[in-house]
Amino acid sequence: MTGGDIERLIQLLAKVPGLGPRSARRAALHLLKRKETALEPLADALVAAAEKVRTCSTCGNLDGIDPCSICVDQNRNLTIICVVEDVADLWALERAGGFRGQYHVLGGTLSALDGVGPDDLNITGLVNRAHDENVVEVILAMGATVDGQTTAHYVIDRLADCGVSVSQLAHGIPVGGELDYLDDGTISAAMKARRPI
Amino acid sequence: MMHWTDSGFVLSARKHGESSAIVNVLTREHGRHAGLVRGGSGRRLRGILQPGNEIAASWRARLSEHLGSYTVELSGGRAGPLLGEADKLAGLASACAIAEALMPERESHPALYAAFRILMASFEHAPDWQAVYVRWELGLLAELGFGLDLSKCAATGVTENLTHVSPCTGRAVCEEAAAPYGGRLLRLPAFLLNGGNGATPGNDAIHDGLALTGHFLENHVGASFHGKLPASRGRFIDRLRG
Repeated sequence: MTGGDIERLIQLLAKVPGLGPRSARRAALHLLKRKETALEPLADALVAAAEKVRTCSTCGNLDGIDPCSICVDQNRNLTIICVVEDVADLWALERAGGFRGQYHVLGGTLSALDGVGPDDLNITGLVNRAHDENVVEVILAMGATVDGQTTAHYVIDRLADCGVSVSQLAHGIPVGGELDYLDDGTISAAMKARRPI
Repeated sequence: MMHWTDSGFVLSARKHGESSAIVNVLTREHGRHAGLVRGGSGRRLRGILQPGNEIAASWRARLSEHLGSYTVELSGGRAGPLLGEADKLAGLASACAIAEALMPERESHPALYAAFRILMASFEHAPDWQAVYVRWELGLLAELGFGLDLSKCAATGVTENLTHVSPCTGRAVCEEAAAPYGGRLLRLPAFLLNGGNGATPGNDAIHDGLALTGHFLENHVGASFHGKLPASRGRFIDRLRG
């Protein structure tokens, strides 16, 4: 490996989120010092991921098979679809473990700033899935942001004729949150979404 | 070292690098002004930097022409309470996108700021917030130098029964003079004349108002955004149509 190869490795690592030039240099050195235990397995994993991982044609998830392992899992509830903005959100929900239904990844949110319109998102695919007679509920799990909720309202309109129940994640006080430290918007959203106990 | 503090409304926040954001703020004394917010994409500040939120902003830069950086503090969470209200949220998104696209940068427009403040407050409380929105766009046109003359009829000079506006000159036309031109003139809703009659305007009047302001925003102010209004304005109109 020449100096140029090392420099290229550092430059590519520096493009990974969370790594800057300095940390990329440290990571590169770590990998090069542990060629057999770290660098080669990583290189193999990267090649395998590049070859095998693809976007699920049903839900938009990333997996080694298409349809993805979530879509083909018969132990999951096939009547509920949870709509998320991005694959990272799907992974977050899976980590939390509180949902055992199907997912649908939109691929972003409507954004005037970035020029993202309805045609740039996987909304038509969601509407087609919602027309399936087995689907009874669609849960919207978009972020509590102006763009996220604008997208949610648009999706609600598009699902109006599908005959499914549409629900949305609650907005409010996070676990461990104290009112004194919360912003006004969160407190008023929590107050609006209060429920009887 | 340049430094000022001002109050303002967040118009947009675009992620920059790992955790920062370039934020456009409509400020009271410094107009639409961009700046870098360190940590603006992070968990602590992302909620504050939602479009429509009112903030206290402190801007610093070495030279006045630099982008500079903001430190911000939330003074009024306007976006949060509207997240569940589709029409109002669409109105808020549209107003912010229009202000971002059309207002010149670093040019003080205190009147527009005051009008924007009224608009944001109307989303929370006013039953006729759609009319306030249309009036705000009308005020934006005037402030940018494309004000409509709705004081008298361009053809006859009368001040009563003004029902249309010429799409070329932006001057009002009375019903009698408008009749020969059929559908070529833009309809002028009554609520835009002398503050209207105090009643909440109906859907048709709101759509006429939006069509009127939209025509002049698109065709006269449009050079800065290639003649197309932000998509969020179209979605707002679609929502109001139902």
